Amino acid sequence: MPLSEQDLQDLKEKAWQIRRDIIDTTVWAGGAHIGGALSMVEIMTILYFKYLNIDPNRPDWEDRDRVVLSKGHGGVGYAPVLANRGYFEKNELKEFNHFKSPFGMHLDGNKVKGVDVSTGSLGHGLSIAVGLALGARVQQKTWKTYCILGDGECNEGSVWEAAMAAAHFKVTNLTTFVDRNKLMIDGPTEKVMALEPFADKWKAFGWIVRECDGHSFEELSAAIDYAQAEKNAPVVIIAHTVKGKGVDFMENEVKWHYGSIDSVLADRARKSVDAMYGK
Amino acid sequence: MAEVTGTTWTVYDANTLTQAEIYGQVLCDLGTIYPKIVGLSADLAKSTKIGLFGDKFPERFFNVGIAEQNMFGIAAGLAKSGLIPFVSTMAAFTTMRSAEQVRTDICYQKLNVKIIATHAGTSFGAAGTTHHCTEDIAITRSFANMTVIVPADGIETANAVKACVDYPGPVYIRIGRGFEPPFYKDENYGFKIGKACEVCPGTDITLICCGITVLQAAEAAKILQREDGLSVRVLNMHTIKPIDEGAILKAVKETRRIITFEDHNIHGGLGSAVADVIAASGKGCAFEKVGIPDCYAEVGYPEDLYSHYKLDTNGIIEKVRQVMGKEFEEDESWEDEV
Ligand SMILES: Cc1ncc(C[n+]2csc(CCOP(=O)(O)OP(=O)(O)O)c2C)c(N)n1
Ligand SMILES: [Mg+2]
Repeated sequence: MPLSEQDLQDLKEKAWQIRRDIIDTTVWAGGAHIGGALSMVEIMTILYFKYLNIDPNRPDWEDRDRVVLSKGHGGVGYAPVLANRGYFEKNELKEFNHFKSPFGMHLDGNKVKGVDVSTGSLGHGLSIAVGLALGARVQQKTWKTYCILGDGECNEGSVWEAAMAAAHFKVTNLTTFVDRNKLMIDGPTEKVMALEPFADKWKAFGWIVRECDGHSFEELSAAIDYAQAEKNAPVVIIAHTVKGKGVDFMENEVKWHYGSIDSVLADRARKSVDAMYGK
Repeated sequence: MAEVTGTTWTVYDANTLTQAEIYGQVLCDLGTIYPKIVGLSADLAKSTKIGLFGDKFPERFFNVGIAEQNMFGIAAGLAKSGLIPFVSTMAAFTTMRSAEQVRTDICYQKLNVKIIATHAGTSFGAAGTTHHCTEDIAITRSFANMTVIVPADGIETANAVKACVDYPGPVYIRIGRGFEPPFYKDENYGFKIGKACEVCPGTDITLICCGITVLQAAEAAKILQREDGLSVRVLNMHTIKPIDEGAILKAVKETRRIITFEDHNIHGGLGSAVADVIAASGKGCAFEKVGIPDCYAEVGYPEDLYSHYKLDTNGIIEKVRQVMGKEFEEDESWEDEV
């Protein structure tokens, strides 16, 4: 699905709105995993506003595409996307993290409309996504499954068990992303537990690797089209991103994996995001 | 940062050091005395504070990345080589993700691995079900050879961490996320693994507690004395396994009413451990278990959750009044009903 000039403008406008909403939600929540939420904005935006075959009025529609946010701590980035897509009112995000709220830090599929799978314990998502994709195949359904992994998350052995299975079962109705922001909690991925040569690892597990700039809608779109056309092996899109993208004082800063922002910092963050979009 | 509110305390009342911070400092001190101590974490060195040990002894510290099962396997190997591994990640990823490594690789072989698991119970309340861990006492208690300790606060965490070094075999120490207010003033109150501490004397009813509920029950006991004239015994049952049977049987005999309070599912935790002892004794006793009532807890800040699940002072008072109002000894129709 090549992007028109109009698509591009619309997607950028959405991404700006979502980044602003992530900042607001972090303030309401009292603290959130904001760094990894900001790094995946373009991936989530292009999926929800261009690719996914979904109907926010029928979140349980059986032929909908499925999404597994395996890096479940990205909840503060996911909920604003769902609100903007019309699953619920943005106002509801004011309750994020609060008592009896449906919105905890990690979005709960039992409670939040539009969330297919409860995630948060890292390393579960790809297995579930493989199961969903196999489920569609067995039942001759044409809906697609999408999975978004963190790069640090790929330390988990279970990710590689799922990777092995996806290749073995030739699961090609699945589009997998790694948000390659190069940071985890205790430091850079290469310092804590080296992933490189990362692409080679996926290849050795039988996958086709497509690398792209994870903040470029054009590159993401080309990568997704490529992945979905491939019918011989699963494709992983290694999306090179910047943790904290859009908020100057958070970008590439390991300490902003999780944090709280007061009104002063929130204003600085909003200004920075506005500047990114020339607003 | 938004103010965190709760009915009985706010985070601003807590001491400046969290349980985990105290743990990290104590482990640094122990590291100097015991060259055989090594540390492991899984991308949570900072959050669990074992990173303090890592900074001081980088050559004796391994951050294995986000790979908990691997971490517990490596710890087993290190212990088998003669070292004393201290391992820290969140309780959920210790006792559920890595349950088999902990059971088969560590407990079965009776290896000297000391596990300090953080974010237990609903202490990471806002994170939701994936990060709550209201099953860990039940799980670890069912692993033969395991010792299970739930410190009441940071000071007791220090005592437990010190005591576990020379205590043979695997030990599981369960702590919170960091907002827990202190109960003990200093370390000298006679902490001993397997021996309950009576923190309030009493003859009408006994509240058996662990973790954050100890402070809350002690507060409740004072209020109940003042307002209801009740003499409430509070036991800090910091060691769930091996449990202090003597203290429980003494409470059965002397107070005839027992309530347990824990930030854990009511099945399999402290309450069940106490119930086992009471049932085996053959003695009658009014009894109730208070905890997370066999559900996945709500989302929310821990203060709000403790209040909701009757684990704070007000909730404990309410439960005591209910149980005090119950007729149980005079129930003569019991035999007809069976
Ligand atoms: C099994 C498991 N272990 C540990 C954690 C705690 N944790 C939450 S986020 C995180 C780091 C994730 O890093 P990465 O996957 O790179 O995510 P991102 O950089 O996109 O935020 C860790 C260790 C967890 N949620 N699940
Ligand atoms: Mg990362």
